[in-house]
Amino acid sequence: MSASLYTTRRIKNIVAMILSVVATGIGLLFLAWILWETLSQGIAGLKPALFTKITAYREEGGLANAMVGSLILNVIGILIATPIGVMAGTWLAEYSRRSKLGPTIRFLNDILLSAPSIVLGLFVYTIVVLPSKWLTNGDVTFSGIAGGIALALIALPVIVRTTDEMLRLVPGTLREAALSLGVPQWKLTVQILIRAARSGIVTGVLLALARISGETAPLLFTAFGNNFMTFNPIDKMPSLPQVIYEYTKDPSPDINTLAWAGAFVLTMFVLALSLVARFVFSRSKVSHD
Amino acid sequence: MHATVSSNAPTTARAEEAARNARDTRNDRLFGGLLKTCALIVLVSLVGAAASTLWLGRDAFATFGWGFLTSSAWDPTNNQYGALVPVMGTVTTALIALIFAVPVSFGIALFLTEIAPNWLRGPVSSAIELLAGIPSIIYGMWGLFIFAPFVATYIKPWLMNNLSADPPDGKISWLVQHVPFIAKFFSSEYPFFGAGVLTAGLVLAIMIIPFISSVMREVFQTVPTRLKESAYALGSSTWEVVWDIVVPYTRTAVIGGIFLGLGRALGETMAVAFVLGNTFKFTPSILETGSSIASTIANQFGEAEGLQKSALMAIAFLLFVVTFIVLTIARLMLRRLASKEGS
Amino acid sequence: MFTRKLRIAALVAASLFGMSAQATDITGAGSSFVYPVLSKWSATYAEKTGNKLNYQSVGSGAGIAQIKEGTIDFGASDAPMSAEDLAKFGLGQFPAVVGGIVPIVNLQGVAAGQLKLDGALLADIYLGKIARWSDPRIAALNPGVKIPDVKVTVVHRSDGSGTSFNFTNYLSKVSPEWASKVKFGTAVEWPAGVGGKGNEGVSQYVRQIPGSIGYVEYAYAKKNAISYTQLQNAAGKWIEPSAVTFAAAASTADWKSAKDFNLIMTNAPGDQAWPITATTWIIMYKKSKNASHTKVAFDFFKWSMENGQSQAASLDYVALPDTLVKQIEAYWAAEYKN
Repeated sequence: MSASLYTTRRIKNIVAMILSVVATGIGLLFLAWILWETLSQGIAGLKPALFTKITAYREEGGLANAMVGSLILNVIGILIATPIGVMAGTWLAEYSRRSKLGPTIRFLNDILLSAPSIVLGLFVYTIVVLPSKWLTNGDVTFSGIAGGIALALIALPVIVRTTDEMLRLVPGTLREAALSLGVPQWKLTVQILIRAARSGIVTGVLLALARISGETAPLLFTAFGNNFMTFNPIDKMPSLPQVIYEYTKDPSPDINTLAWAGAFVLTMFVLALSLVARFVFSRSKVSHD
Repeated sequence: MHATVSSNAPTTARAEEAARNARDTRNDRLFGGLLKTCALIVLVSLVGAAASTLWLGRDAFATFGWGFLTSSAWDPTNNQYGALVPVMGTVTTALIALIFAVPVSFGIALFLTEIAPNWLRGPVSSAIELLAGIPSIIYGMWGLFIFAPFVATYIKPWLMNNLSADPPDGKISWLVQHVPFIAKFFSSEYPFFGAGVLTAGLVLAIMIIPFISSVMREVFQTVPTRLKESAYALGSSTWEVVWDIVVPYTRTAVIGGIFLGLGRALGETMAVAFVLGNTFKFTPSILETGSSIASTIANQFGEAEGLQKSALMAIAFLLFVVTFIVLTIARLMLRRLASKEGS
Repeated sequence: MFTRKLRIAALVAASLFGMSAQATDITGAGSSFVYPVLSKWSATYAEKTGNKLNYQSVGSGAGIAQIKEGTIDFGASDAPMSAEDLAKFGLGQFPAVVGGIVPIVNLQGVAAGQLKLDGALLADIYLGKIARWSDPRIAALNPGVKIPDVKVTVVHRSDGSGTSFNFTNYLSKVSPEWASKVKFGTAVEWPAGVGGKGNEGVSQYVRQIPGSIGYVEYAYAKKNAISYTQLQNAAGKWIEPSAVTFAAAASTADWKSAKDFNLIMTNAPGDQAWPITATTWIIMYKKSKNASHTKVAFDFFKWSMENGQSQAASLDYVALPDTLVKQIEAYWAAEYKN
């Protein structure tokens, strides 16, 4: 009897392990499938001009201005969302225990996660683009900053959610030890807790970055797009996803190729960023024992 | 100066300590205030976004009243709009996505934390996260050009042969003859057409796998090694350690990760717009085409004017409401689960 | 007082970022139909004059909304604005470039341009009244053509679009039933079929489904070698889509009696006219808020009408006929007075 129980347990274990390997295989298969498709459709577009010429020249041009624009927009978005998101997540995990506001904000944050991105874009249009038009007599309307704010609104709930979860998983013993040594709470939070949860928080920021770097809809009425090169954050700013979207709709197959090439570059950019961030932050892993 | 300080050392030390305490208290309060302000920014953005959709959608709500929720009309030339089909499509596609994505993500996280050799973990988790970095428009194009034809050739005919009352091979299956209503969920007017609710749900599943699996992996790693090692020492298998130790320990965070994925699935726009078919016919079948809230907005916003624009904003507001209801149900289920375990 | 300070601060900030250098950057938004040709023109124009014209396709409706809001210098729409609406906002409009919309089919053994359809039949197909390609009405128009006996599957646009606007406008001109039941617009309640997003979605579905029929911009069908049909025009002639037949429609349409160029070109009367020919209107303020921008915008459109034909042709658009260009220039002189 105990032998059969042992066998059942072993079989159960083996089945679970196999299924887990299969699941990973499924994930990797789809990644390979999609990447292969972008690469094979876009390989003809992967030439130096892609990185040096601007979109205004269409098939004789490249995506240089869109790449620069995407970089600026993502940097603005992440620079706004990361501090606010990490601090809000920290408040939820460490400070909101006695307050009714905590669960409410956590709940609202989850709703914000699913807000359709075009709606957030229209919201930023109302609170940033229209006021700046009015303040500057129409000189500044759509801008990189408005686009960055829209992206920040999309990144924010992702960062809040992950920071909150990661901090709550830091063992209470760490807090107790620090507090018993007389460390003030802010120091405990900044120097011990956030450090302990760092790798998880970085994962959250990376997920947020990955998500916003592919967004099109929120940028239409905020950053607007630009067929020419610009480095000016208050100018109308192009972005890769928006150009990719436009180029996939184009009648010309040569332009469609550029869209796939742009998608491949964008994906590789996200991959590179993820690898660099993991390399930089993985060295100081804190044990949870 | 120095002399006086040292002569009064005990008092000064106490004074210094008091001052430090006061400073710490003040800093603590400032720090807490700063954090709280950031948390309030989250609150304000959501309330602002939701309120703006409600305001812009007020015409549609005023014109159609409660009928807006139950009508399946979407007729821009006669200005008749109802939210039923997009709301249904949003919920169904997100549900299908979760049904596929949660087990797969769990498997991936299990593989990455318990099974894979160390050298493999980094590359594989980066690769899975890369799925989150692919722009959603590319999921849409891949779905349109590659995946929908794949569904139309391999998955849909098989499902219809086995589960629909109108199978392409003409033989009505045992299941359809004996299980009532099942055929309703798998009927299709166009057997060889790949776009539809199921296809959209599957594409969404692929899109949300990295969100759920990354969070799961991350939180599985935080389980204290000594807990796991004690279980292993008692003779537990890897699966038992994961199911009995790791999952209960990390449960709320795992749910958090699933919400992260669910949120993305409910609000996703571009990928869905290409593979859902965007029709406004009310049908329970997951093999038929349908529409979702986000894809309807993306499809029609650029050309919409007047009441149509207002109706689009009104369904955007309903997406907030749908999310609210879905999350509330999930929360209640969690609570019941927790109380059951407690007893 | 406070708001004034705020404005000055904002202006100072703006000038710090180097706004003054871009005084002649002009911005337009709207129809996606003209996006390829406007960006091509703008590149050449920028090389010649240094003035940059930045056009983005956000959709015609959104383009009109943005010009009313004053966030852009011009809008572009696939549907004309009514004279009352134009007057109400102090706007004027004029056509920019002409293109065609073609029905496409997936019928084995039927070559491009071989299948003939008339307007009433096309409308009945889209009404869902023709079930199979073996229908006698189809055979009657196509003696000698071997049409496979398969089910008819209708494919339409699922997104709001100017292409749908012109296509449904044509169907309501040729079919009273369509005109009363479905009407026309950028998005309608389609009586039958499946929806694809964009030209690419429609053509992809037509490729995938045997026996399907759809409609796309001519440039899309031509560049991607998709099999299009002939149509019978208002004069009763069988016409193939081409630059020549689009131009014929544009020049025979009755522009003279259309105030503010408010005329939809479908079902144009000429002998050689392709019946689903379309244009996109540029919409600008008559009394501009920013004179230097308006001046550059006019210069750009004047330049494009005089020098842009070859670039337009390479993208399968048709430049406006000379008579229409003259009318537009007269309209500018009469309506735009600064």
